[in-house]
Amino acid sequence: MKVVFERPKTLLEKPFTYCPGCHHGLAQRLIAEVIEELDIADRTIGVGPIGCSVYIYEFIDVDFVVGAHGRAPAIATGIKRSLPDRIVFSYQGDGDIAAIGTAEIIHAANRGELITAFFVNNAVFGMTGGQMAPTTLLGQKTKTTPLGRDPQVHGFPFRLGECLSVLEGSAYIARVALTRPQFIRQAKECIRKAFLTQMEGRGFSLVEILSPCPTNWGMSPKEAVDWLEEKMIPYFPLGELKVKGCDSREAP
Amino acid sequence: MEKILMRGNEAVAEAAVRAGCRLYFGYPITPQNEISEYLSLRLPQVGGVFLQAESEVAAIHMVYGAAATGARVMTSSSGPGVSLMQEGLSCLAAAELPCVVVNMSRGGPGVGNIQPAQSDYFQAVKGGGHGDYRLIVLAPSTVQELVDLTYRAFYLADKYRNPVEILGDGMLGQMMEPVTFREPEFPPLPPKDWAIRGKGGGHRKWIVCLDLDPKGLEELNLKLQRKYRLLEEQEANYDTFGDPEPEILLVGFGTVGRILKSVVREGMREGLKLALFRPITLFPFPRAALFEKAKGVKGILVVEMNLGQMLEDVELAVRGKVPVFFLGHTGGVIPTVSEILEHVHGLLREEIRV
Repeated sequence: MKVVFERPKTLLEKPFTYCPGCHHGLAQRLIAEVIEELDIADRTIGVGPIGCSVYIYEFIDVDFVVGAHGRAPAIATGIKRSLPDRIVFSYQGDGDIAAIGTAEIIHAANRGELITAFFVNNAVFGMTGGQMAPTTLLGQKTKTTPLGRDPQVHGFPFRLGECLSVLEGSAYIARVALTRPQFIRQAKECIRKAFLTQMEGRGFSLVEILSPCPTNWGMSPKEAVDWLEEKMIPYFPLGELKVKGCDSREAP
Repeated sequence: MEKILMRGNEAVAEAAVRAGCRLYFGYPITPQNEISEYLSLRLPQVGGVFLQAESEVAAIHMVYGAAATGARVMTSSSGPGVSLMQEGLSCLAAAELPCVVVNMSRGGPGVGNIQPAQSDYFQAVKGGGHGDYRLIVLAPSTVQELVDLTYRAFYLADKYRNPVEILGDGMLGQMMEPVTFREPEFPPLPPKDWAIRGKGGGHRKWIVCLDLDPKGLEELNLKLQRKYRLLEEQEANYDTFGDPEPEILLVGFGTVGRILKSVVREGMREGLKLALFRPITLFPFPRAALFEKAKGVKGILVVEMNLGQMLEDVELAVRGKVPVFFLGHTGGVIPTVSEILEHVHGLLREEIRV
């Protein structure tokens, strides 16, 4: 019998510990698949953040370094500058990368640091129990915006991808979602392009992955997927935000 | 061996390169800018990396990443910048990653000023960041000693898998003295088999600074404490100078240590029985040696360019057996030989009549 689908070996045989309906597992599986297909697991180093994303180091079979909240791009920079022939990626949530770690990601991108950042945006602080994130939508209720996010008080949801796209050092920026098979195929292609951008030395790369957080949104997994498509995608449009210096690649 | 006239900041930078440091991450702050300026030219000459970070926060986490790969790496800063590095230093200590941090300290608190001070003693010696950890802290008092301790700092960092802070001040960083670069011979170090370099053909490894299991985290803490006790047993270091049976023992570190040496010389010319005890390692603090040295003295005078920080460690070391007095200046004011000697006379006249 022909095997048409199996667990990539780079994804460790270990049940994910994420909540039902969370897309961290999907995102990490896709990253593992791409690492395996590019045959780079032996020379890839992942950098973990603080937040739910941190558990990635338990699931993907590559070397990992985990440091302080928001500092993964700086840590990845230290690793990459020490070992320029390794492939280095960070995996960060919205609070980590777009609040406390804003300076580190902007300057890593602006330096054209040859690293790849994966940014899981679920519009809420997950691990701490559902507080407002920089990406929380206007009107969205969280533990610290109980009446909904008010722009007069809390400002506006932060579009990090667009922000990084205008920097000279960034080479590949894309935003994806995993709510449909078609989106998942596109997301995988973007993840592959991001790694290739690094491997070909073109500059900094980032893939933002929209993900539901049913637990902290107070929804069922199905409701959360619908809310993501109805509310998040219009504000955080999917697609490639920047593709620099690569000729034959097409938009997903 | 050839003597070269060098500024302290440039000497520490050159010594770092000769000690095998190949990566430097830092952010400009006075009075230590010559370190990064020197390394921005020197490190690329030896195939190394100089990178100016966007902040001291980023710099120390770049150090964390590079240290995790097993490379010799350093950063440097001064008081306010070292404050920003405390998050990373706590993580480096928790992950047991070796690195060297130079603090050419300046007047505080707050932005303070750019004149020399020793008011970062507590921050350097007592942990500085959150959690139960220590840095190895070395306190050079001359440019030559700054060079020698830089070699030693990289050795100790690797030997104990612990961040090392070289605590100087703006005066040491800016002064020029003749130095030689004597390559010290250290015992061989264990291989860095923990380093993260990609798993290659082997099993994957990881370096983290967290453990969500209370028992696991307590075990890490107990392991760190065992390391700190071993440091106290094996690495405590100090210098003494002056009368072998002093009436008054002067205690000071770094820049103040060299001023106190002049006080001892001057005082002995006047017939006073004085000696200097100068801790070279501030952590581990040379407690046992100071306790021994204090036996038979009539009083100890601690002099610092702060308002009494190492003073607490001196008092703990002598366990109340000898009266301990203090003279301090801060904010960039440097105590003078004549002022200290005057103070010694006053003590002998009024406090500890002999």
